[in-house]
Amino acid sequence: MAFDSFAAFLTMGGYAKYVWPAWGLAALIVVGFILWARLERRQLMQTLKRRQRREARPS
Amino acid sequence: MWTFVHKLGSPKWSYAICGRLQPFFWVAALILLPIGTVWSLAISPPDYQMGDSYRIIYVHVPSAILAQSVFVAMALASAVFLIWKIKVADMAASVMAPFGAAMTALGLFSGSLWGVPTWGTWWTWDARLTSMLIQLFLYIGVIALRGAFGRGDQGAKAVAVLTLVGVVNIPIIKYSVVWWNTLHQPATFSLTERPAMPASMWMPLLVMVLGFYALFIALTLYRLRNELIRRESRARWVQALAD
Amino acid sequence: MSANSGGSTTGRGEEIGLWAGCVAQVRRELKIARRRGGDLVNPLMFLALVVVLFPLGISPEPDLLASVAPGLLWVAALLAMLLSLDGLFRGDHEDGSLEQMLLSPLPLPVLCLAKVVVHWLLTGLPLALCAPLLGVLLALPGAGYLALMLSLALGTATLSLIGAIGAALTVGLPRGGVLLSLLVLPLYIPVLIFGAGAVKAAIEGGMAGPALALLGALLALALAAAPFAIAGGLRISVNG
Repeated sequence: MAFDSFAAFLTMGGYAKYVWPAWGLAALIVVGFILWARLERRQLMQTLKRRQRREARPS
Repeated sequence: MWTFVHKLGSPKWSYAICGRLQPFFWVAALILLPIGTVWSLAISPPDYQMGDSYRIIYVHVPSAILAQSVFVAMALASAVFLIWKIKVADMAASVMAPFGAAMTALGLFSGSLWGVPTWGTWWTWDARLTSMLIQLFLYIGVIALRGAFGRGDQGAKAVAVLTLVGVVNIPIIKYSVVWWNTLHQPATFSLTERPAMPASMWMPLLVMVLGFYALFIALTLYRLRNELIRRESRARWVQALAD
Repeated sequence: MSANSGGSTTGRGEEIGLWAGCVAQVRRELKIARRRGGDLVNPLMFLALVVVLFPLGISPEPDLLASVAPGLLWVAALLAMLLSLDGLFRGDHEDGSLEQMLLSPLPLPVLCLAKVVVHWLLTGLPLALCAPLLGVLLALPGAGYLALMLSLALGTATLSLIGAIGAALTVGLPRGGVLLSLLVLPLYIPVLIFGAGAVKAAIEGGMAGPALALLGALLALALAAAPFAIAGGLRISVNG
């Protein structure tokens, strides 16, 4: 362990202002891309199903 | 070999292969990234010169490596598309581009944050940051060209040509920027060119790099499946998926 | 196509050699440019106006101007080249002569190269010849003039070749102008660095040779590879 306490971990030896935003953007990108991909899949499936229902209905 | 290439060209088969490969990379990413995060943020020792600010390199270096690898991967896919007319390759190139651009942006952001405690400014025209900025413009150009053409074969070919022209230029740009940099300022203290790191520092870095690669492959496979569904939405096998 | 005789037959049965085809293409381009007139003057006017803007925007201090002159002249010349690119294939695309070029039995990359050579003759070379005049306005030190002309002459040829790739890829798009700059500018950076570097090196009493040699290497690479990319881009833009 490099830090004595959790508070010391959060202050990052005085570099919290620089370390956390960099890691924050990384986390945002990782989570954001995963959510985006899943949302895209769900929307595609919904349009597919909607179209199937529309075309199955006898006009 | 040839039957393999032709099978890979079939959307249905590609969809199945992506589905089969996907879990391995998701599992790898979900194991490596948390381990790497805890290791590099909490366990690895602080640097004797830079203190804890050096922990930025654990996102800076993987994103910088990915930024280049993704472009090369896009160029390979583009070459496959242009030579063998395999549309799946173009779809792969198209889903890789946003992730590559995001990685480049992350590399720039983390590099400039790291510059504040080290150089005292948000931005220096350091060779690495400058060529990364240019690379971001290349990514944006590729994405913008695809946007201008819309979906379709013509746009796909144009983007493939541009990607190949770009990948030929990347080493030239990097070399010229390094040349320009040494001309204008003496070699500065760089984020990565430093005396050999101890294992306690580079091991977590390796884990992070591998984790980012795994995540990139997993995301590409997942979004490639999305793209396959979108473009083949009239095919019977896609219709069967919706049931 | 009879490849070994070095020529090919047109519909009417007459032989057109590769060289004759190139010469015909160059003469056609020159004739068009002469009839339109403005093409030769516009990039030069642009360069002159941009150069005039800088002392007005920064300061008329000769020392300050002299220190930024190599970069300013190079950036302004690069932008002048960029502006001239949009029209490189557009006219031919609109009147259908681009399709004729694609249908021609002569190899397309060679015809593209001929077009680019004319583009350079009408924009790059005049820019290189006139830049010293503007260098006087920016108080460019005397040692820089030869390097400025040489580096511009070599560099603008590479700029024409690279830019033609972007122009070929975007010629079919309704509003390709801004997109064209976005695609082409990052690829222009090495030429700018070595070009301005050559002039700077000459002024500072060093050797302009290495930078000029690198510019020549870039030109050789572009000459070998770009015509194929241009031809590919045109095929994509016209045939889909």
